[in-house]
Amino acid sequence: MRPLDLEYMLGLVPVLLKYVPLTLGMASVAMLLALALASLMAIVRVLRVPVLDGFTQVFISFFRGTPLLVQLFLFYYGLPQVFSFLTAINGVTAAIMGLTLHFAAYMAESIRAAIIGVDRSQWEASLSVGMTTPQMMRRIILPQAARVAAPTLVNYFVDIIKSTSLAFTLGVTELMGAAQKEAAGSFLYFEAFILVAVIYWVIVEALTVVQRQLEARLGKAHAR
Amino acid sequence: MISVRGLIKRFGANTVLDGIDLDIGPGERVAIIGPSGTGKSTLLRSLNFLEKPDEGQITIGSVAVDAKTATPAEQRALRRQTSFVFQNYALFANKTARDNIAEGLVTVRGWSRAKAHQRADEILATIGLSEKAHSYPAALSGGQQQRVGIGRAMAADAEIMLIDEPTSALDPEWVDEVLQLLKRVADARQTMLIVTHEMQFARDIADRVLFMDGGRIVEEGPPDVMFTAPKDPRTRAFLRKVL
Repeated sequence: MRPLDLEYMLGLVPVLLKYVPLTLGMASVAMLLALALASLMAIVRVLRVPVLDGFTQVFISFFRGTPLLVQLFLFYYGLPQVFSFLTAINGVTAAIMGLTLHFAAYMAESIRAAIIGVDRSQWEASLSVGMTTPQMMRRIILPQAARVAAPTLVNYFVDIIKSTSLAFTLGVTELMGAAQKEAAGSFLYFEAFILVAVIYWVIVEALTVVQRQLEARLGKAHAR
Repeated sequence: MISVRGLIKRFGANTVLDGIDLDIGPGERVAIIGPSGTGKSTLLRSLNFLEKPDEGQITIGSVAVDAKTATPAEQRALRRQTSFVFQNYALFANKTARDNIAEGLVTVRGWSRAKAHQRADEILATIGLSEKAHSYPAALSGGQQQRVGIGRAMAADAEIMLIDEPTSALDPEWVDEVLQLLKRVADARQTMLIVTHEMQFARDIADRVLFMDGGRIVEEGPPDVMFTAPKDPRTRAFLRKVL
């Protein structure tokens, strides 16, 4: 066994940390877009909106049923050959698109389950005061569903953060891509990849702190 | 002024409301009594389309709706003429007591939050729960939750308050405080239609008592007549059991 080159690793830390903002940026944008899209799809499914419901089911089936890497390649390498206006698309955008659609499919089902879990009496009370369906959803049902769905959705965010590493296969130099480049230059693969693994790990652990605060906030109404 | 004509509601092959005709005047307090499963709650819930009736005409205040052709907008308009007190309170679980009362005023009637909160605070004082303004439903007792539920209905200032077995889900210790509050609402001559198993209460507050059986109004009259000298044998049999 050869000793670890700790000096090299230490020097690599600031180099790799520079790419953390891009990784977190891609993940955050994908998360927000996925959350919005997933909420819409969940509502469409719960309310059984004609036509859109069927479309949503096919969408969810496709994006859950195929590998993320295949989807990313399809967006980045495949689609521009068919739709020429997509040739301008860069790797970051393609990665965000792929992550958004892929995770929206998963999140839609979680949010749908959370909405269905809200007690029927909450719907009836909302209707009885004269609310429209959008008012009811926004003011009463979704906030309560959010509390139920939050832990699962944070898990998907963790998954999204880690999945941004696949963007390197689209030529994006993000955290993983940077580690790969450094390792290829130094041939110190173990040092580079264990370091990048630890960086992902620390980010995800930091997120659990945020998760606890979020859950405490959403659970406020249910404390006795 | 409330007018119901030929109201029919079926669940599958089961006709739960079998042609209800009903008129309620301004300020009139009407109690519905009768055995379980005879359509009392369904009648109440059909009046504001929580259950969509199959046939019939409903007029409440300025809104007239035909069950067969009612659009979503018409249903909402009808609901805004009514307020509803639920058996299981059905407070908004994500809103404080104060916001439960203010919510409809803000969302449905477009009041400013400040004005709605002011009104909610007045109502909280009336129902004796000012100190619970910022409590969420989960932190309130059953009796307190139902009082907030009644407060929410009071805020709507509706043409008619529909009250569905308001004490059935309550532990016995909370029943009295809820009935006392409802009595005060009734004394203020709020038009109301109340389904209740509290016969003494019905007798105390109602101007008129309806006895329902098999999805029909079998008999109706002033409480002193209904409770002492009912004509229909079904009413007599029912009252013998519960009184």
